Amino acid sequence: MTAGATAQARARQETRRESSLTGLGMLLRFNLRRDRVRIPVWLASLAITTIITAWSLPDFYASAVERQQRAELMNNPAARALAGPAHGVEDYTFGAMMANEMLGFLTIFVGIMSILMITRHTRANEETGHTELVLANVVGRQAPLVAALLLAIGTNLVLALLLAVGLPAVGVETIDAVGSLAFATGLAGVGIFFAAVAAVAAQISDNSRGANTMALGALGLAYAIRGAGDMGDGTLSWLSPMGWAQAMRSYVDERWWPLALLAAFSIAIGMLAVELNRRRDFGTGLRASRPGPAGASALLKRPAGFALRLQRSSLISWAVGLFAFGALYGSLLTEIESFVEDNETILELIERVSGASLIDSWLALVITLLAITCSVFTIMATSRPRSEESAGRAEPVLSTALSRTRWFGSYLVIALGGSFVLMLIGGVGLGLGAGIASGEFDQFQEVVIAAVSYTPVLWFVGGLAAALYGLAPRAMSAVWLVLVYALTADMLGGLLQFPEWMLELSPYDHVAKMPAEDFRLLPLLVFTALAAGLIALGLATFRRRDIESA
Amino acid sequence: MTAAITARGLVKNFGATRALDGLDLEVKTGEVHGFLGPNGSGKTTTIRILLGLLRADAGEARVLGGDPWHDAVELHRRLAYVPGDVNLWPELTGGEVIDVLAKLRGGLDRRRRDELIEIFQLDPTKKGRSYSKGNRQKVALVAALASDAELLILDEPTSGLDPLMEATFRQVVRDLLDDGRTVLLSSHILSEVEALADSVSIIRQGRTVESGTLDELRHLRRTSITAETVEPAIGLAALPGVHDFRAENGQVHFEVDSEHLDPVIREIARLGVRSLISQPPTLEQLLLSHYMEDGVPAERVADVEPERAGARR
Repeated sequence: MTAGATAQARARQETRRESSLTGLGMLLRFNLRRDRVRIPVWLASLAITTIITAWSLPDFYASAVERQQRAELMNNPAARALAGPAHGVEDYTFGAMMANEMLGFLTIFVGIMSILMITRHTRANEETGHTELVLANVVGRQAPLVAALLLAIGTNLVLALLLAVGLPAVGVETIDAVGSLAFATGLAGVGIFFAAVAAVAAQISDNSRGANTMALGALGLAYAIRGAGDMGDGTLSWLSPMGWAQAMRSYVDERWWPLALLAAFSIAIGMLAVELNRRRDFGTGLRASRPGPAGASALLKRPAGFALRLQRSSLISWAVGLFAFGALYGSLLTEIESFVEDNETILELIERVSGASLIDSWLALVITLLAITCSVFTIMATSRPRSEESAGRAEPVLSTALSRTRWFGSYLVIALGGSFVLMLIGGVGLGLGAGIASGEFDQFQEVVIAAVSYTPVLWFVGGLAAALYGLAPRAMSAVWLVLVYALTADMLGGLLQFPEWMLELSPYDHVAKMPAEDFRLLPLLVFTALAAGLIALGLATFRRRDIESA
Repeated sequence: MTAAITARGLVKNFGATRALDGLDLEVKTGEVHGFLGPNGSGKTTTIRILLGLLRADAGEARVLGGDPWHDAVELHRRLAYVPGDVNLWPELTGGEVIDVLAKLRGGLDRRRRDELIEIFQLDPTKKGRSYSKGNRQKVALVAALASDAELLILDEPTSGLDPLMEATFRQVVRDLLDDGRTVLLSSHILSEVEALADSVSIIRQGRTVESGTLDELRHLRRTSITAETVEPAIGLAALPGVHDFRAENGQVHFEVDSEHLDPVIREIARLGVRSLISQPPTLEQLLLSHYMEDGVPAERVADVEPERAGARR
C-alpha cells in the first residue's frame, strides 16, 4: 500500500461525498441563462407595481378621514377574507394600507412565480428529457433540484431587496425602512415557502402539469384558509404561510418571529423534496399517472367535442374564477356607497353616468371589468389552434378528412360559446353576491343581462384574433394590445381625463353601461356583424395558407 | 399500372431558403416506394405538399388522381399519414388519439385496431405525456395502419422503434402490400427500404437525383471486388471503370462500374485467380455515391464546386 494509493482512495471518497451536488454551480448559471428574460420581467413587474401603488396612495387618500373610511370598508368579514387581517385599521396609515391590501395579493403572485420556476427547472425538464442529458454528464443527482431551489430563493431575495430599498425611497409618510423590510422579507418568505412546496410536488407527480396543479392547488388552499381565518377571529390563518407574512404586521408594529416560521417550514419542506428526490427513480413520480380510457368516447370523436375536451379544465377554472370574481365584488356592494361618497378620486374612477345612482355606476364598472377579464379567455381559446399548429399537433388532424374550416371552426365555437357562458356565470355571481349583501334581488336580472350583453364585444375581440390567425399567425399576440388599451381606457380613462374619442376607441365603451344606462341593441348587432366578418376573413385566409409545423 | 402519386418540378421556398428545387416523384399503385434523402433534403416538405398542408410554389402534384391542395379533404379519406415527429396531446390517452384520428378520417376497423395494439405491444390507456418517443410513434402507426386507406404516407415511421418492433412493422407493411395498397416510405434506414421497397427515389437538396426500381439502380452502380491473383494485379487499376483501387497483403480491392465488369473479370482470370469475392452494390453504396464524393459529403462539394458536382451526375 503506497501513500499515493491511499490519497487516491481518499480522493475517490471525497468525490463520492460531493457527488450528489456536483455541477451545481454550472447548473445554476445555466438556469439563470435560460431565465434571463423571465426573471427580470417578473421582478420588474412585481416591484414596479408595488412601488407605484405606494407612491400613488397619497393621491387617492389625501386626508386621514378618507383613510379611516377606507379602513372601515376593509374591516368587514368579506374584505378581510379577500385582503388580510386588517392590522392597523385603528390608525389606517399608508403603511398599514400597503400591508393590509397589497401584501395578500402579492403573496399570490410570488407564489405563482416560484411554483412555475421550480416546475420548469425540475419536473418539466425531466419530462422533456433535458435532465437526462444533464445528468449523464458529471452532475450529481440532487444538483438539478437544488439548483432550481437556489434560483427561486435567490429570485425571491432579490425581490425582497428591491422592495426593502425601493419602498422607503418613495418617501411616502409611514412607509419606513423597518416596515418595508418586514413587508419585503415576509413576501419573499412566502415565495420561498411555495418554491419548496413546488419542489415536493415535482417529486410526487410524474408530469409538469400535475406538479403545477398540485402546487398551485396548495397555494389556493393556503389563500382560502387564510381568508376563512381572517373572516373569523384569525386562528385559522396561522395554518397558512400567507397568514404568517401578514402576522408580521409590517408598518404597524413589526414582529419578526413569524419570519422564523416561514424559514423553518421552507427548510423542512425543501429537505423533504431533496429526500424524496433521493429515493425515487429518474423519470418517475411517487404518484404514477392513472391510466385513462383505452378508447375515445363518442363526444371526443366529434371535432367540436375534441376541441372542448382540450379546453375543458381551462373552461372550468374560468367559470369558477369569474363566478367568484362576480360574487366578491357583488358582496361589497353595500359598503361601497358609504366609502366612495366622499372620495373625489374614486368617484372620478367610477365615472358616474349622469342621472344614475352611484351603486348602478359601480355595478356597470364591475361588469366592464368582468368583460375585459373574460376576454383573456376568449383570446386564449381563439389562439389554441395556433399553439396546436406550432406544437405539430395540427398536422396529423388536418391530414384526416377534416377540413381546415371545420377544424378551426370547432375551436372558434368553444371560444365564442365559452365566452357567452362565462359572462353569464360571472353575471350570475355578481347578481347573487349583490343580492345576498343587500338582501334584495330586484336588480339580479338586469345585472345578468348587462354581463351577457358584452358577449358580442368578446366575439369581436375573438374575431380579431381569428383574422390574425389566418392572415399573420405569427402576429397573433398583437390582439392582446386591444385588452391592454381597453383596460387603461375603461378603468382609468375617467381618472386620467381621457378625451371622448380615446374612450370610444375601446370596443367595450360602446356597450350600454347597464344598470346605469338603458339597454341598447344596436352596438350589439354591430359588434356581432363585425365579429362575423372577421371570422369569415380568418377562415378564408387560413384555408389558403401553409400549415406551419414544428 | 397507374400512378398513386406523381409530382413534377415541385418548388417550395421558405423565405430565402429553397426547400424543394424541382423535385420529381412517381409512386405506382400497389408498390412500396422508398423515399430516401438526408435530413433537410426536402422529404418532409414534399410529403406536406402531397398532403395539402403546404402549397407548392411551382410544379404539379397529383395524389390518387386528385389535386392535393384543392381536393385535400376528399383525398384524406383515402390516405393515412404517419408524421416523422409524432406529438400527442398530453391529456389524451393513446387509445383516444387512435380513435379520434381514425374517426376523423372516416372510421376504422375495430378488430384490426385491437390486433395492431396487440402486436405493437402498445398500452392504449397511458396519457400522451407519458409515452416515450417509440410509443408515440406506435400510436400514430396504429391509427394509420388500422384504416382501410388505399395510400399510406409514412415519414420515417420506425424512428424510435426497437428492432423487434421494426420487424413487426415490416411484416405489417408486407401484409398491406398483399392487400394491394400503396406505401410511400420516407426513411434513413436503408435496410428497411431495401427490405420493403420495390422502387426508390433518392433526393438531395430538394431535387430527385435518382429514381427507379432497386434492380435498375443496382445495375447502374459499382460492384466491389476483392481478389488474390497468381500474377501481380496492379495493372487492373488502369482498366476503364475501375475505382478506389487498393493493394494490400497480396490482395487487391476495388470497385468497378457494372458495364465494365466483364473485361475486368476476364483480366483477373488471365492473372490466375486464387480467391475472388464480389459484392453487389447495397443501397448504402447507392446513397453514399450520391452524398459522398472523394470522401467529402456531397453537400459540401456542391457548395464549393456546383458545376463539377452537377456534371458528374
